[in-house]
Amino acid sequence: MEFITHTWHWAISGFLIGMVMLTLNYFGKVFGMSSNLRSICSMTGVGKKVAFFDWDWKSQRWNLAVVVGAMIGGYVAVNFLSDASNVALNPKTIEQLTTMGIDAPNGKLLPEALFGNEIFQSPKMIFILIVGGILIGFGSRYAGGCTSGHAISGLSNLQLPSLKAVIGFFIGGLLMAHFILPLIF
Amino acid sequence: MNLLRYVIVGFIFGIILTKAEAVSWYRIYEMFQFQSFHMYGIIAVAIFTGLVGIQFIKRKQLKDIDGYPIYIQDKEKGNARYWIGGILFGLGWAMVGACPGPIFILLGSGFISVSLILFGAIFGTFLYGVFKDKLPH
Repeated sequence: MEFITHTWHWAISGFLIGMVMLTLNYFGKVFGMSSNLRSICSMTGVGKKVAFFDWDWKSQRWNLAVVVGAMIGGYVAVNFLSDASNVALNPKTIEQLTTMGIDAPNGKLLPEALFGNEIFQSPKMIFILIVGGILIGFGSRYAGGCTSGHAISGLSNLQLPSLKAVIGFFIGGLLMAHFILPLIF
Repeated sequence: MNLLRYVIVGFIFGIILTKAEAVSWYRIYEMFQFQSFHMYGIIAVAIFTGLVGIQFIKRKQLKDIDGYPIYIQDKEKGNARYWIGGILFGLGWAMVGACPGPIFILLGSGFISVSLILFGAIFGTFLYGVFKDKLPH
């Protein structure tokens, strides 16, 4: 079982993600996760007031089914297919995190300092997670896709617009990681 | 429409992204610090696999599961939306270490606090819908 519970090698992981995308192509669909956020908005009936959400979201039910499956997959992987050797970071990264007051992984996917249930008592952390979410939702819809839709689907189909978006993802990501996050923590 | 096959693909996708640790805040942080090849390797191999597969589909003019030709629509041309939207997305991605797929996967895994990110992401999508016509695309 170790080959499953240990961290999967990047080459195997990348290959399998590519195959997931191709499987969806074979089903006549295009791989992209952020459009589900638009469907969720439309499900609330807000399309009556905002035209952008007045569309045939039911044609995207298949994608919501992917989401449901992914949530179950995550649950199974975290609870039954993980072990304490997971998330073995570069020691330099761990050192850096310690100086920022962020706990080392020791097999966990997310740091307690940012995602533990105590953060619900910290207005600052609640604010950070919500603002981060707003940027993700607004940015991905503005750009017409996220990591799956542009970086994987778009680039593998040699789409120039996707290349612009992905370069944008990394410009924004590097600005945040190197200049803004150190100011926040 | 048979939804079961999509639930199964999603299930496998959720396991892959979790075991690849692409859902981990730590891995995204490490990536943006250039301290590991792991995430870059995953993204590069995924794109390469997709590239080979799509070229194969196009050259062999393969049909999908229902017998229709597989057709992948080109992305709309444009500049502002990709650069500005891309940068805003990247800021959020590095801020909370998750993109839309992982947000759902982590929530399913039981990380309750990720619901705050999901709430923000839905609200952000809503804001885009409201201001869409006022934004340069």
